[in-house]
Amino acid sequence: MAEILIRNGFVIDPTRNINGDVADIAIKDGKIVESVGASAKVIDATGKTVMAGGVDVHAHVAGPKVNVGRLMRPEDKLHKSPHAQKNYRMESGFSIPSTFKTGYDYARMGYAFVMEAAMPPLHAPHVHEEIHDTPIIDQAALPVFANNWFVFEYLRNGEIENAAAYIAWLLKATKGYGIKVVNPGGTAAWAWGLNCLTLNDPVPYFDITPAEIITGLMKTNEYLGLPHSMHIHQNDLGNPGNYEITLESLRLAEGVAAKNNFGRDTVMHSTHIQFHSYGGDSWGTFESRAREVMDYVNKQKNISIDLGCVTLDETTTMTADGPFEHHITNLNHLKWANTDVEVETAAGVVPYVYDKNIKVSGIQWAIGLEMGLYAADPMRTFITTDHPNAGPFTRYPRIIKWLMSKQAREETLASFKHTDKVIDATNIHSMDRELSLFEIAQMTRAGPAKALGLSGMFGGLSVGMDASVGIFDLNVNDMPSDPEAIEKAFARACWFIKSGEIIVKDGDIVSHGNKRTIWVKPNVAENPQVIRDIEDKFLKDYSVGSDTYQVRDYLAPNPYVIEFDVEA
Amino acid sequence: MPKWITQVGCPYCGASCDDLEVLVSDDGKRVLETRNACAIGNEIFHHAQSPSRPKLPRMRQPDGSMKEVSYDEAIDYTAKTLLAAKKPLIYGFGSTNCEGMSAVARVAEKGGAVLDNCASICHGPSFLAIFDNGYPSCTLGEAKNRADVVVFWGCNPMHAHPRHTSRYSIFPRGTFTAKGQMTRTIICVDPRETDTAKLADHHLMVKQGHDYDLFDAFRTVLRGHDIPDEVAGIPKKTILDAAKVMKNARFVMIFFGMGCTHTDGRNHNVDIAISLTRDLNAHTKASIMAMRGHYNIAGPGQVWSWQFGFPYCIDLSKGTHAHMNPGETSSIDLAMRGEIDCFVNVGTDAGAHFPIRAVEQLKKHPFITVDPNICMASEISDLHIPVRVVGVEEPGVVYRMDNVPIQFKKVVDGPEGVPSDEELFDRVYERMCELTETEPIWLLAKDHAKAATNAEQ
Ligand code: SF4
Ligand SMILES: [Zn+2]
Repeated sequence: MAEILIRNGFVIDPTRNINGDVADIAIKDGKIVESVGASAKVIDATGKTVMAGGVDVHAHVAGPKVNVGRLMRPEDKLHKSPHAQKNYRMESGFSIPSTFKTGYDYARMGYAFVMEAAMPPLHAPHVHEEIHDTPIIDQAALPVFANNWFVFEYLRNGEIENAAAYIAWLLKATKGYGIKVVNPGGTAAWAWGLNCLTLNDPVPYFDITPAEIITGLMKTNEYLGLPHSMHIHQNDLGNPGNYEITLESLRLAEGVAAKNNFGRDTVMHSTHIQFHSYGGDSWGTFESRAREVMDYVNKQKNISIDLGCVTLDETTTMTADGPFEHHITNLNHLKWANTDVEVETAAGVVPYVYDKNIKVSGIQWAIGLEMGLYAADPMRTFITTDHPNAGPFTRYPRIIKWLMSKQAREETLASFKHTDKVIDATNIHSMDRELSLFEIAQMTRAGPAKALGLSGMFGGLSVGMDASVGIFDLNVNDMPSDPEAIEKAFARACWFIKSGEIIVKDGDIVSHGNKRTIWVKPNVAENPQVIRDIEDKFLKDYSVGSDTYQVRDYLAPNPYVIEFDVEA
Repeated sequence: MPKWITQVGCPYCGASCDDLEVLVSDDGKRVLETRNACAIGNEIFHHAQSPSRPKLPRMRQPDGSMKEVSYDEAIDYTAKTLLAAKKPLIYGFGSTNCEGMSAVARVAEKGGAVLDNCASICHGPSFLAIFDNGYPSCTLGEAKNRADVVVFWGCNPMHAHPRHTSRYSIFPRGTFTAKGQMTRTIICVDPRETDTAKLADHHLMVKQGHDYDLFDAFRTVLRGHDIPDEVAGIPKKTILDAAKVMKNARFVMIFFGMGCTHTDGRNHNVDIAISLTRDLNAHTKASIMAMRGHYNIAGPGQVWSWQFGFPYCIDLSKGTHAHMNPGETSSIDLAMRGEIDCFVNVGTDAGAHFPIRAVEQLKKHPFITVDPNICMASEISDLHIPVRVVGVEEPGVVYRMDNVPIQFKKVVDGPEGVPSDEELFDRVYERMCELTETEPIWLLAKDHAKAATNAEQ
């Protein structure tokens, strides 16, 4: 692979505490190196910002529910698909782009890694087929566990070791990355049309509560020493007054210590926290509780969060929180897809319009940004939109603009129909904080890489790390007075180098790169009981065979496997 | 020693059973016996062995006869024909794997073709309804484990999907349906007394073409309103009784088939069936599922949705972006209007399934069939290219009727020199790139499969 030298850029690398120093970055064989020879290709980054490739901790980009969204929403394509770049695959869709467009758009924004946030294990081959067809970016997928019958039975009996052996088996079978929790217990209840809206609602037929599931899976995660922490979408998402149950769930992390060899300090990643930080007791009294939630997150150092910012677009909601999607379709009366998945989980999909003329949408927009602005530790606070739930990932540059510019926030706030009501129900109007490029790099690069246990690879520009580097048209010493220029700069990187290969030049794709599928393979001692349980459940409860179920190697043809032995 | 291979998928109907066992000869070349398959499934495995199967492409000669040609020649012809055509149509895909569908999509994009699948003539109306109303569904294991009321509307699995009822819907003992058939109340809505209707506890012999009325009556009753004494030929009391059964169920599973999509009302029937499912969810849990015909006819809807955003009727002829508008970009309509100037039939038999007038129009231009076997389409083609049989000689991912991906196995070697659909279309694509002097677009370098698995960080 060719050598590359990025000259004279303003380097921002929070992992080494470098904040805008002018420096060169040398690249060889896909990695950052000390220096390169005279024949290296030179990229002049004078006057531009140089950062590591972006790391997305949570997006729904591949798999069955994403694809149901694509299938059932032809209108998401109408006049919303850009024309194909010559010699590249066609691109389709806005809120749920085709796999090709997904890869290209992330690359254009300088992103190197994206975590598919919810993989139904039974559909794992589908997830990997889509990941295969998503060019350029490295990807991993989190299988969902919090409504899984095996997990219920082991945790109910306090058998952490068995839960760990099962999860290790499943990660290998599905080429998964870690432990995802979605509406613990509630999704299983949804199979009967019910839900678990508090942490103590027992799951029908399983004699276990959401609190026990969360705690048990956190412990199992640390027993295995996985790279990432348990990753949770909490109960009671999206409802007025839910911040209390959110705080209650977060408190379950107290007393659990991180144990792993991947440099991770956190034991719980609480995702799209915007949707979980609501006050009031109805849509009429709906208000922000961002401060209460962030006060707790700021002081509880073993928790990380991502924002789930509302971008004020017409989008498509999709989640393994099946009962919630049913709730939304009853609110907005738009089309509704649902897929209950035997033994494991469920999912729902409903289109949604976050409308500037609707008070609640405006408040939700404010809450997402408030959470970012209240963050005391940007290394534990990550920028997401829970793509596509609160908005498409292609709006990250816009969120960065809002977080970096009070002027931009005020302009948006002023454009609402109910500006005063939104101001009354939130704190956004009084918040003056403007995040720095350094903090943005923490929230989109160094922080998520660390929480995922990938800090040896992504998120920084140290020698030996993966050479994924974005170059953006922003002069650290002369930041634009017009906030739109910030959005524009992050929307289209001047250059993006992925694993040592030039992928984007002047905002256009120039190569399909070398995409990898990253998955985690913890080796645990053989556990005959778990093996028997697996055989048994496949015979009795599943509609497919245990052999059919396991993802074939050829579906992930360029794997990066994180394999390690679990010390019992 | 002959060897039993277990958990083998059946490449026939949309039940996509993956529990077959196949006894393979010593040399790994012949299927000796199968277990668990229904009669049709068993036949597929034995038919693949037929000595009369074509092993080389056959090209039509000026005198009308067919002559064997090399694969290179067939590939060259296909590439040139696709490139020369203004609006080629590539259609079919009921019987191939997703790898093949993906390879064909690349060719279609390169050739500016229209890409369509058999849904166009079977469950297309279901897609239209889904575009409007969504799809509250589940996996078949959910039906097996939970459904205590099962509705078959306009479908007859006892014939079309022989093991559906034993694996998923009427007979199996599931987690919460431990007594199997005893646990379930079966409602069948069909104007005929089918073998499925004979198994039903309630058979509603709806008047032909009046399905919409009957769906509407159910919705009306469930919402607490009165209905006329008779709707769609069914007495009020029968409707009230059936509605009560559904309302009092713990889990209602509605399966619908071509009896909904191809009678009066078509997509509207499916639309209101979905609305009925939504309504039932106010009372209990309810789910709905299309009885997809072939083992991987759900596949193109998946693969092309993630690649282009649309499940069928995909017009790629603009070159810049994909466009779907059933009625305008659907196979039969395009053919009838004479807009197609090259037709490629893949893994189906358009010769048997299309209206004769559509076939006549298509026959005015180059007509190519890609299929392991001789069929009506192959016999009227200008070129027939045989390929390996998916599920027998070629592994791959297929999507069952509930959109669950099933990884099919290969049990025997295919005939020597005969490529898979994927290999064939990748070669066509490479040839098209050579002819147009363009670089092929591979998303992953082709040799990645060999790349060493990376060890820990
Ligand atoms: S029911 Fe269908 S899939 Fe199952 S064995 Fe019979 S033909 Fe094959
Ligand atoms: Zn999410």
